Amino acid sequence: MKTFNYHSTKDVKEATKLASSSSAFLAGGMTTLPSMKLGLASYKDIIDIKRIKKLSGIKVSGKSVTIGSTTKHAEVANSKEVKKAIPSLAALAEGIGDPQVRNRGTIGGSIANNDPSADYPSACIALNATIHTNNRKISSDKFFTGMFETSLKKGELIEAVEFQIPEKSCYQKYPNPASRYAIVGVYVAKHKSDVNVAITGAKSCVYNEKSIANALLKNFSSSSLDSLKIPSSGMNSDIHASADYRANMVKVFAKKAVDAC
Amino acid sequence: MASLVGSRVERKEDKKLLTGRGKYTADVTFAHQTYAYFVRSPHARAHIKNVDISKAEKSSGVVAVLTGKDIANDKIGGLIAGWRIKSEDGSDMKVPAHPPLASESVNYVGDHVAVVIAESLDEARNAAELVKVDYKVLKAVVKTDQAMDSENIYKDIPKNLCFDWLLGDREKVKEAFDKADKIVKIDLINNRLIPNAMEPRAANADYNPSTEEITLYTTSQNPHLARIIISAFNGVAPENKLRVIAPDVGGGFGSKIYPYAEEVVCSWASKKIERPVKWIADRTESFLSDCHGRDHVTHAELAVKNDGTFLGFKNETIANLGAYASVFGTVTPTYLFGPCATGVYKMPAAYSNVKAVFTNTAPVDAYRGAGRPEATYTIETLVEKAARELGMDPAEIRMKNFPTQFPFQQTLVHSVDSGDYNAGLKKAMEVADYKGFEKRKKDSESNGKLRGIGFCSYFEACGIAPSAVVMSLGCGIGLWESAEVRFNPTGNVTVFTGSHSHGQGHDTTFAQIAADRLGVPLENIEISHGDTDKGPFGYGTYGSRSLTVGGTAIVKACDKIVAKGKKVAAKMLEVNESDVEFKDGEFIVAKSNKKKTIGEVAFACYLPGTYGEVKSPLPEGEEPGLKETSFFDPGNFSFPAGSHICEVEIDPDTGNTEVVKYTAVDDFGTIINPLIVEGQVHGGLAQGIGQALYENCHYDDTGQLVTASYMDYTMPRADNFPEFNLGFTCTPATSNPLGTKGCGEAGAIAAPPTVMNAVMNAIGTEISMPATAEKVWKACQKMNKSNSKAA
Ligand SMILES: Cc1cc2nc3c(=O)[nH]c(=O)nc-3n(C[C@H](O)[C@H](O)[C@H](O)COP(=O)(O)OP(=O)(O)OC[C@H]3O[C@@H](n4cnc5c(N)ncnc54)[C@H](O)[C@@H]3O)c2cc1C
Repeated sequence: MKTFNYHSTKDVKEATKLASSSSAFLAGGMTTLPSMKLGLASYKDIIDIKRIKKLSGIKVSGKSVTIGSTTKHAEVANSKEVKKAIPSLAALAEGIGDPQVRNRGTIGGSIANNDPSADYPSACIALNATIHTNNRKISSDKFFTGMFETSLKKGELIEAVEFQIPEKSCYQKYPNPASRYAIVGVYVAKHKSDVNVAITGAKSCVYNEKSIANALLKNFSSSSLDSLKIPSSGMNSDIHASADYRANMVKVFAKKAVDAC
Repeated sequence: MASLVGSRVERKEDKKLLTGRGKYTADVTFAHQTYAYFVRSPHARAHIKNVDISKAEKSSGVVAVLTGKDIANDKIGGLIAGWRIKSEDGSDMKVPAHPPLASESVNYVGDHVAVVIAESLDEARNAAELVKVDYKVLKAVVKTDQAMDSENIYKDIPKNLCFDWLLGDREKVKEAFDKADKIVKIDLINNRLIPNAMEPRAANADYNPSTEEITLYTTSQNPHLARIIISAFNGVAPENKLRVIAPDVGGGFGSKIYPYAEEVVCSWASKKIERPVKWIADRTESFLSDCHGRDHVTHAELAVKNDGTFLGFKNETIANLGAYASVFGTVTPTYLFGPCATGVYKMPAAYSNVKAVFTNTAPVDAYRGAGRPEATYTIETLVEKAARELGMDPAEIRMKNFPTQFPFQQTLVHSVDSGDYNAGLKKAMEVADYKGFEKRKKDSESNGKLRGIGFCSYFEACGIAPSAVVMSLGCGIGLWESAEVRFNPTGNVTVFTGSHSHGQGHDTTFAQIAADRLGVPLENIEISHGDTDKGPFGYGTYGSRSLTVGGTAIVKACDKIVAKGKKVAAKMLEVNESDVEFKDGEFIVAKSNKKKTIGEVAFACYLPGTYGEVKSPLPEGEEPGLKETSFFDPGNFSFPAGSHICEVEIDPDTGNTEVVKYTAVDDFGTIINPLIVEGQVHGGLAQGIGQALYENCHYDDTGQLVTASYMDYTMPRADNFPEFNLGFTCTPATSNPLGTKGCGEAGAIAAPPTVMNAVMNAIGTEISMPATAEKVWKACQKMNKSNSKAA
């Protein structure tokens, strides 16, 4: 690992002031530290944001669940309020990586990183989330812009993620047997007037699978997907799963999710 | 006194190991320590045109940058192949030179090109980036089954063929096949695995210029072997000037049996710069440069009669050796593989033909089971297929062909001293509730799942030793084992063993044996191993040999102690030696109340003078002290055997396979500590099930290792396994006085065919390991299609 300056701040302003083109925020470090250790990334300044109190915690209102950006996966998984308001979100957090990762990794780090096979981005899309940063609000359909890319500007800090509470929802994931990231993850959410089917792991970036969503909007039952065919073009292909397999699993897991809603 | 042998004594070493108080090579740091970082080849195959170290040498903190030219100039010998194999035509195997640092060509990604030594690891690593190597990249040979048809990697090794070896009689096999009612054929891939010991390899060499002595700390299963190779073959230092210490070692599974380039380079470099040199592999280096395991492509055939009787067996295998012939790389796919490929069966005629090839991949060597898992996978998937094709019950076809008379002369090499294979399989069927399978299958089907059951009956040849046998087969060393039992004057005991514990619990098992034999409490016995300056030469730990060979040496040394103790006690008690009996730690004179404890006798041995009333206890001519050494070389291998039964449940929509029930019934002969043995079986099963369903080393077509981290190499985890049902049968080994057979490899040997037979039983077609979800899903899709056509 290359040497770097370590800053630990208690305040959002200071954190964003320290940020530069050669800095990274340090939340759980579950992505940043391994990539530094492997020599894939190096930074001049590491800005630790874990001591900023206002970034951590869970708030539930009648319509939404708001999760502070440095809230750990394990905290979401174990939160009674989240379990009650959006049980599928708590279940998603429970299925991320392993206990070590869940006790360090954070929601802010996860969505800022936007790994194509990460779980949280699908929750953001399915649950019409709003991403609150230090200077604006971004709706989730504008947030995830490509593989490991988001609409965050340099030095912009995520403060919280606000999820809309759906009528019903379910997340079903086929984990990569090695890393336990999603080979395919399908988040189905039925809201009052719309249905979202967010897919992660299958393509270079999370997306809303409109063909399934439309079918479910007409008839929210897994049998309504029977005749649907998901094309494999644009799907990822690697040693763990071919594009063909992923395309098929999108449908299989969408049906499982609908059945379990 | 109750016997400790056979009791579930908790592992003495665990407190230290589980509380972080173990001492590993990485924990050892010397004064004036320097740190080494290796420059490794990023290409699978290339010529080295030039190595420019000028920038690196000037980098901050750098002490030295050494290259292949330097090591060649100092006439340091190359890494060796320890076992000479001859081809069927009588010619010797062909092996390429394997310099510890390459100077002309690199032959796999991770091959060693140069070493940077600096005041800190960071400085060494930064400077390593400044070493400029000019490569001429060549086309890599990667695939096992294409190696013989590819460009020659080495000028003087045609077809990349190391040897073309035959064991058995082709003529006899042909006759047997001519008489067969049916010939069952199978094509198999034994997938390549990466060992993944928990502790990465490491070395710390400290040269003392005033004594010219090198002390090398290293992660070895076999420090004595490391010493003899590094001194006699690499020529780094004479044996008496090289001390090798393998302190606590965190697993090896075979990958740490022999020294690698790094130990040789650190030792040599330490001498050159006259400072200690430390290297610790990072996880990526472990993936790239630890020797890998398995990697066979096999075609096998079984000739059977309609009633299921086996007549003959053919095994045609291509084994991938990787880029170089590693120390046990050539014996693993030959003598450790070929003889066992006929399985636990009476097989009137058989041969194993193995073509070993070089490729531009990491060297392949012994990995848990070494050769025997590959053999067992071959015969046991073939036997199961024969049962399917003949419409026989998988248990019935096996029992029909089991030998019932022991010793049993197995077709190709081994004379198996003892066993009862019927008893093992019957017990396994009971424990597994084989009768209830159909009902469980229906239950699974009603939940939309497919359920399959798979069998495997195995035997293996381990307790790897008989020097006379192994040397006659081409082994470059003997394979006996040593022990020294030393009574300290105050009556407690230190036992030195030439074997090595790196997780197997020898500190406990060996102490149990000595405690029983000497009548000394367990807590008064210390087991010492891993330091060539302490205790006699030995051959280390692998091939489930430590207990059967090394444990027996301990027994023999204890017996010598008791024999001397009897003489001394007789003198002390003023009786004839023949009147003294030894029992539970006491020398007793029959029909009297005269006795001396072994502690009193030991004390007397160290204070043999005459003082006033006290007379010397030593009989005339007897030396003082109480310490005995024994070297044990058994007359035969040992032959554990067993039957395993597995049930899997498959989701046909996703192909996900879950092992829902696993039963292992093993015959390990006498069991010293059931707790430790069960742990060994669990570990072996985890690795065996891992091979069947999860683990796979994958190189792409250019020879880049794709599975070079845990993000892509699937290590099985606890939640991948059900509760294991274990059972034991016991026919003691006759080749050692303990009657033990060895248990370390059984799980890894039996599990792959057991699991794969269950998967194939569920989906009705053959698929290769690892049975990943996608492969299984595809097979299910095909099955659906053919079912709907049939309907
Ligand atoms: C072994 C392993 C398995 C995993 N498995 C899964 C899995 O199954 N599913 C899954 O979804 N994820 C998985 N992860 C990822 C994990 O869940 C973390 O969420 C993820 O690594 C990033 O979170 P972090 O808090 O660790 O971020 P860090 O590593 O600290 O930061 C990551 C990036 O986000 C930026 N960042 C962090 N916080 C903020 C913020 N508040 N505002 C703006 N930018 C910020 C940083 O600058 C950095 O660039 C796994 C990770 C590992 C190591």
